[in-house]
Amino acid sequence: MSAARSARRFDPHRFGPVVGLLLLLIVGTALNPDFATWDNLMNVLTRTAFIGIISIGMCFVIISGGIDLSVGSMAALIAGGMILLMNALAGSVGSPVAVVALGMLFALLLGGGFGLAHGYLITRGRIEPFIVTLGTLGIFRALLTWLADGGAITLDNDLSDAYGPVYYGSLLGIPVPVWVFLLVSVAGGILLNRTAFGRYVQAIGSNEQVARFAAVDVDRVKLLTYGLLGVCVGIATVLYVPRLGSASPTTGLLWELEAIAAVIVGGTSFKGGEGRIAGTVIGAVLLSVISNILNLTSIISVYLNAAVQGCVIIAVAFLQRRRP
Amino acid sequence: MSEVARYSRRLVLGAGVAMAATVALGCSLGGPLGSAAFAADTVKLGVSIPAATHGFTGGIVWWANQAKAELEKAHPNLKITVKTASGAPEQANQLQDLVTVTKIDSLVIFPFESAALTQPVMQAKKKNVYVTVVDRGLTDPSAQDAYIAGDNTAFGRIPAEYIAKTYNGKANIVALRGIPTTLDNERWEAFTGVLKQYPDIKILDGKYANWNRDDAFKVTQDFLTRFKDIDVVWAADDDMAFGVLKAIEQAKRTDIKEVFGGAGSKTMVKTILDGSNPLIRADVSYSPKFIYDAIKMTAEARLKGDRLPATHIIPSALITKENAKEFYFPDSPY
Repeated sequence: MSAARSARRFDPHRFGPVVGLLLLLIVGTALNPDFATWDNLMNVLTRTAFIGIISIGMCFVIISGGIDLSVGSMAALIAGGMILLMNALAGSVGSPVAVVALGMLFALLLGGGFGLAHGYLITRGRIEPFIVTLGTLGIFRALLTWLADGGAITLDNDLSDAYGPVYYGSLLGIPVPVWVFLLVSVAGGILLNRTAFGRYVQAIGSNEQVARFAAVDVDRVKLLTYGLLGVCVGIATVLYVPRLGSASPTTGLLWELEAIAAVIVGGTSFKGGEGRIAGTVIGAVLLSVISNILNLTSIISVYLNAAVQGCVIIAVAFLQRRRP
Repeated sequence: MSEVARYSRRLVLGAGVAMAATVALGCSLGGPLGSAAFAADTVKLGVSIPAATHGFTGGIVWWANQAKAELEKAHPNLKITVKTASGAPEQANQLQDLVTVTKIDSLVIFPFESAALTQPVMQAKKKNVYVTVVDRGLTDPSAQDAYIAGDNTAFGRIPAEYIAKTYNGKANIVALRGIPTTLDNERWEAFTGVLKQYPDIKILDGKYANWNRDDAFKVTQDFLTRFKDIDVVWAADDDMAFGVLKAIEQAKRTDIKEVFGGAGSKTMVKTILDGSNPLIRADVSYSPKFIYDAIKMTAEARLKGDRLPATHIIPSALITKENAKEFYFPDSPY
């Protein structure tokens, strides 16, 4: 085990995402000195927190051989649901802080519930995860659009003020969402690499039949990975809502692709079985750094932004490719 | 006439309903109830519009249903069928259903895409359906009887003129753009075209934020990091302006004097009306209400057996505290 580990440590491909990120940081600094300022780095890390936290949950699902396409829509629906609940509670519960706390709890429960529902349909219902979550991708977003009447659901002002610090506040100079992102990353790393659950997830992803024969309760573990991802989406939403204080049909649009890209760019195998939390975190940061750099410069036509992002993603994936 | 204007957003048209109706219907406006004398006994009007996927299209759907409710009540011999589609192929299918199953004789269509819907609309017209096209013209204008659209040039020109005037021809501007489309290009070219005449007005940069609050927040954060002295942010859309305001608030920047959105959503118009945010003082109209106007004009003309003018452009208007009341529709979702 330790031999295998140290052998991997010398594999340069393992450091592809880190190398990619370092190169981007150098390029960014060279193009615009403001890039390397503390404020800008905190801006980037804060906005990465949503996708980053979702990516960590997604990492478990992908390692187990599954996929969840619905996370963006789920985040939008949770955001809308929690705002409606908080607005409704504002009248009957006195303190805005209590209302916000209830709203946050609701978001986590709703996320966990949605995730478990996915897991249940996939394991007991025997439906492909791609299809289940493609279905809920449409369902969640349509429900939000319906709740919002096609417009936006907006949090009451008093609540917005009480809730604001969750996104805008900082602790020791580091914004709250970045702390939460850090905690979720560490917890995810421990869960994946230091617990039986983490080993089961990897075992199922490498070979589900073998895992079954080894008496792993495959259905239960899979169910839990989706539940875990749902909770991660809930956490991300709890951090997202105070930013704009509103949810609209464009909330969380394409987050699923960003989260999946972060996981894969970070060196997790799309086929499952093996993956890295640290790589996922770096992958997520890398994706937002690209758009940050593009916004801070105007050397490339805005029409080509997406092409630049595409090239960087492919290049980093190439750096961390596996040997056959 | 500008009082009658309405406004709104990405697509289109905003204004001039009453005026539009007057112009379009001319002298026959007089007796809405006596209409049956001229035309067919009944009018079956089909309305085909995009589904409510964001604020603006939400407004479109709401105004279309509003028109249906009001007009069917006023004219018992009028039957309006509203269909929403989430893409061009679905819209083409619905169009076929409207013609063959619902047997409509008039159609108001807001096409998803000009090119993709031209043939399907042509087929409908060949079956003697009277066609009013809204917002996006078809590639072959002979497929339509009437065309009603908003003024995208004014959507860019009006804010540019306003900024030039308010800041005496001297300002640093950063701009947000929508999604790369001809519509966005028209607005952008109109905006930059006006400001070219003012050598002391600098457009520092313009980036796409996809008509999306979150993207607007991020792009603005980065603009604020990059440029230390900004006078005006042209958010070019009220949803995007929302994200811009949050980013400015977070950065606690005081150099920015104004944020100019676009479309005249009800929250923005309310903010202007109440004067509740010193950064928001004006907006340009481009309202989803144009669909209401188009349905009303078409229905009333058909009931009388009239035709609409071939092209009708609904003007965009500058909204300021003085006239904001006329642009405020509290019941609309947008």
